[in-house]
Amino acid sequence: MVTYVFLVAAVVAVVFSLVTIAHRNPVVNVLSLAIVFFALSAIYAVVGMDFLAAIQLIVYSGAVLVLFLFVIMLLNIRSVERLGSGRPLQAALGAAAAIAVGVAIVLVIGKQAPTFGSLLPGTGKGTAFAIGRSLMTTHLFPFEFISVLLLAALIGALVLARKEER
Amino acid sequence: MDQPLYQFIVIPLVKIVVILGVLSLIVAYLTFFERKVLAYIQVRLGPNRVGPRGWLQPVADALKLLVKEDLVPGGAQKFVFMLAPALIIVPAFLVFAVIPFGPATRLFGLLPEAIPPYLTDVNIALLFVLGISSIGVYGIILGGWASNNKFSLMGALRSGAQMISYEVPMGFAIISVLLMAGSLSLVKIVEAQQSSHLWFIFPGLLGFGIYFICGVAETNRNPFDLPEAESELVAGFHTEYSGMKFAFFFLAEYTNMLVVSSLATVLFLGGWLRPFPNVAWLGFLGIVPPFVWFALKVAGFIFVYLWFRGTFPRYRFDQLMHVGWKWLLPLSLANVLLVGLIVLLVKG
Repeated sequence: MVTYVFLVAAVVAVVFSLVTIAHRNPVVNVLSLAIVFFALSAIYAVVGMDFLAAIQLIVYSGAVLVLFLFVIMLLNIRSVERLGSGRPLQAALGAAAAIAVGVAIVLVIGKQAPTFGSLLPGTGKGTAFAIGRSLMTTHLFPFEFISVLLLAALIGALVLARKEER
Repeated sequence: MDQPLYQFIVIPLVKIVVILGVLSLIVAYLTFFERKVLAYIQVRLGPNRVGPRGWLQPVADALKLLVKEDLVPGGAQKFVFMLAPALIIVPAFLVFAVIPFGPATRLFGLLPEAIPPYLTDVNIALLFVLGISSIGVYGIILGGWASNNKFSLMGALRSGAQMISYEVPMGFAIISVLLMAGSLSLVKIVEAQQSSHLWFIFPGLLGFGIYFICGVAETNRNPFDLPEAESELVAGFHTEYSGMKFAFFFLAEYTNMLVVSSLATVLFLGGWLRPFPNVAWLGFLGIVPPFVWFALKVAGFIFVYLWFRGTFPRYRFDQLMHVGWKWLLPLSLANVLLVGLIVLLVKG
């Protein structure tokens, strides 16, 4: 059961990732990305990371992608010109390099990542309780540090967006 | 093998059918009650022609909307235009999978064993509700965009900005409840109010106020109904919709009112518990079944919604953003600190 749900969600995620980068209409791109995020959320839920699944929905689908849609609508982009470089050799080399990096990532993660079964529902590793506890104990410093970093980015964005005083 | 089959398929299916049926009926009649309450507030009669005292009005409305011509404007993005009403109504109903209407019950001895009336209780129910209901904003934004109409688009943009802005203080108001309950499960939150002998509205009055204001804004109701400000935007994001698609937007709005009211009841008013669950001499109140208490509390919130609509003028957009970011957000942050401090002092 878990494997089937995972497989369906994984296939959906891969297919719509391709649509996200290939389609010409930017709204379709964002919608496909939304479907990818739903599929990811389903994968998180099915391997027992229920907290992560909910956060994925709330933050990425509910807020970030809505802002993407906003920008596209405000700029009123209806479709994007295909950006052909006219250099097939470079394009082929770029694709080959991308695939090589992808294979390398899969190999490295495949060696290090925990096996599939260790994150199944009931192991309690992905619950809100476990994640909250680890954020407040073992990972307290990185957690606080990242929040300071985000604050700095926020203030930076405000400074950049502010109009010059007369 | 019968036991799992009967437990995992038949009971949930029956529950889904009952919940969907009852919800649809309630939502349909909410439109009727809204018109009646508004009529009484404005000293007029309201709908009173169809059926006895107008009670069959929702049926007539539904028939009218079903047989109306379904127009799709030229230049609209047809697929997205069709998708948007579904995107807004499905999350609204989906949320009710985890809303606890009452404790496990035998339905006055009709059932052999006690069965909880809600569909399921997951340990991140509250996050599930927030996550699913944040999808509803897609329906509004995409509906407004796909209509190829400037009023629709402006209504959609307003709505998107409003819903994202008010989700933030709403989240902080909910966090204050989490601090008191110590759980994300809605059933556990109600049980925590039972075991602490206290509805969370008393320690969390500020959080409750922030939650309900944000809830009204999230459902795009008066005085935060800018997305469909009819004097400026014709009807906002659903200007170009007709027939059953328009009805879906309308039903979703009412269902979302029910969601916000139910959540407010669970988080702050003790869910299905009777008033003052700690006072012994009020024990006679226990005669009323728990889900009736739940329904009464939700009905109270719904009435406040209608009352708002009959009473308040609409905010201007800059006022809306001002209230959301400069008042509600700092207040809700302060509330989290305050409640956290109290919880720390009381519970040690």
